[in-house]
Amino acid sequence: MRQSRRDESRKLPSSAGRRAAARRETAAGYGFLIPWLIGFAGLTLGPMIYSLYLAFTKYNLFTEPEWVGFDNFVRMFTDDPNYIQSVQITLVYVLVGTPIKLAAALAIAMLLNYRDVGSGFFRSSFYAPSLIGASVSVAIVWRAMFSTGGPVDNSLSLFGINLGGWVGNVDLVIPMMILLAVWQFGAPMVIFLAGLKQIPQELYEAAEVDGAGPVRKFRSVTIPMLSSVIFFNLLLEMINAFQVFTSAYIISNGSGGPAGMTNFYTLYLYKRGFADLQMGYASAMAWVLVIAVAIIAFILFKTQKSWVHYAGENR
Amino acid sequence: MTTFEAPRVEVVENALEPDSQIQPRRRVKRKTVNTLIWFVVLLAMTAIVLYPLVWLVFASFKPSSEFGSNPGLIPESPTVDNYFKVIEGIGGTPLWQFFANSFFIAIMAVIGTLFSSALAAYAFARIKFRGVGLLFAAMIGTLLLPFHVIMIPQYIIFNKLELVDTYVPLILPKFLATEAFFVFLIVQFIRNIPRDMDEAARIDGAGHLRIFFSIILPLIKPALITSAIFTFIWTWNDFLGPLLYVNSPEKYPLPIALRLYNDATSTSDYGATVAVSFLALLPILIFFIVFQRFLVAGVATQGLKG
Repeated sequence: MRQSRRDESRKLPSSAGRRAAARRETAAGYGFLIPWLIGFAGLTLGPMIYSLYLAFTKYNLFTEPEWVGFDNFVRMFTDDPNYIQSVQITLVYVLVGTPIKLAAALAIAMLLNYRDVGSGFFRSSFYAPSLIGASVSVAIVWRAMFSTGGPVDNSLSLFGINLGGWVGNVDLVIPMMILLAVWQFGAPMVIFLAGLKQIPQELYEAAEVDGAGPVRKFRSVTIPMLSSVIFFNLLLEMINAFQVFTSAYIISNGSGGPAGMTNFYTLYLYKRGFADLQMGYASAMAWVLVIAVAIIAFILFKTQKSWVHYAGENR
Repeated sequence: MTTFEAPRVEVVENALEPDSQIQPRRRVKRKTVNTLIWFVVLLAMTAIVLYPLVWLVFASFKPSSEFGSNPGLIPESPTVDNYFKVIEGIGGTPLWQFFANSFFIAIMAVIGTLFSSALAAYAFARIKFRGVGLLFAAMIGTLLLPFHVIMIPQYIIFNKLELVDTYVPLILPKFLATEAFFVFLIVQFIRNIPRDMDEAARIDGAGHLRIFFSIILPLIKPALITSAIFTFIWTWNDFLGPLLYVNSPEKYPLPIALRLYNDATSTSDYGATVAVSFLALLPILIFFIVFQRFLVAGVATQGLKG
């Protein structure tokens, strides 16, 4: 009797002791989080609230912000053709570029998954552009490669296609930017590859026994088993694509040209904020971007029930 | 905000490879042919993907006059003049100064990121306390938050503090774990470490600080290396940050300095622009070749384990 009570008391300390232990844990938790908490409050949450306020003001950095209500937002959608154009080209870039990039990533990942010869070399070679793609150097290379008489122009004319330079051409500059994004398919590819390696081989064997061909196996095994990874890549790549900046800036020398066709959302935001010192207007633009990203994330999260399959759930 | 659920994929032991079974001869032969075709296709894709980089290297040895006149990859009259020209620098600042600036910023960023991210990740992964779930959700939320919404207020704050044209706005945020990617990466890594050891240490009376420094920190070395390399490369490449905050040419890091070369010489001196672009990429390429294993593993982990 006494014995068992002692055991119990060892397992369950008194409620006061438990509370003290919980307090110590909480103190330790917040202690470890101090740098992050300061950064989150001071450099993320605080600035977000401030920027929300600025979105409803006119502010040029030198005089006090002046409250203008919804004027910035109204002006954006009714009285700023540059803004509308910037939204259009950004949407084209995101909605056309992201699926192509992910399709390329998945196709190459499946190729790499097929055999194991030299896989380390191939994987690294395909991944390299993702690491340097957003750099100024690569933007300069891209501009040189697609200029008149550059390597791309030249090799296309070998096939009798004479497009001339892509950089100054209003019809070709967005495809050129999309190619730059697609070229960086390595990061989603690595994630796809890791996902592919975890699909149980038995599923393919079972499908084969049932008489499934390659297309059917891809549709009924690969895609469902990979859907959570597709979802993850889609979400991150779309959000990243909305924020393209460096390449657009360098390729157009900061102008967003030709004819505003590289005036991507964040470049236009930067120009409004830091060249024209319209900090209020730029903040309003930033909030529209946040809302757009949130809507896309929301839609993806909402629809994921119907197409994303998580391992361990009922099939 | 909807709770963020990273994809979960169960690790499954590799099923028996079909190759391991003895197969009829013809089948083996066809397999070899398939593998050969597969290999050639991939090699061709690699060539296409790496072509821009190869082009950059060769073009940096072309005299400027050859740009436009010589469409081939190989320079007709190779020269190292481009390199001599760019090493002098621009606007009275020698090239090595831009390199030194970039190195300084990147190394400080690495130190700051490792320190602050590892601390935060330990708290998220191993300490149970009130509010940890909400704070973790907030941290994941910042992963998806466009930088541009905080860029303007941050600039105003640093401007009011008279810190514009110093490196503080570029380095301080790294010491405050604002890059959620790394916190998340390290959290994922810590979660995969069995709890046995730190629980044993706790029973022996070790506190969290001690567990963190003597048990967890040595075990998460691979995650720290991955974070360090990514931080270095991203900071090295960062263009928008220095564009906002650094005004004096002698303080320019490379990406901004590169713009100077590019603006001043856009059509007339392609050779120099290309040479300096290659020099700016060189440290990253070296880093990449040495550490690619960690980078690829880091990306894969980030996407997979939940």
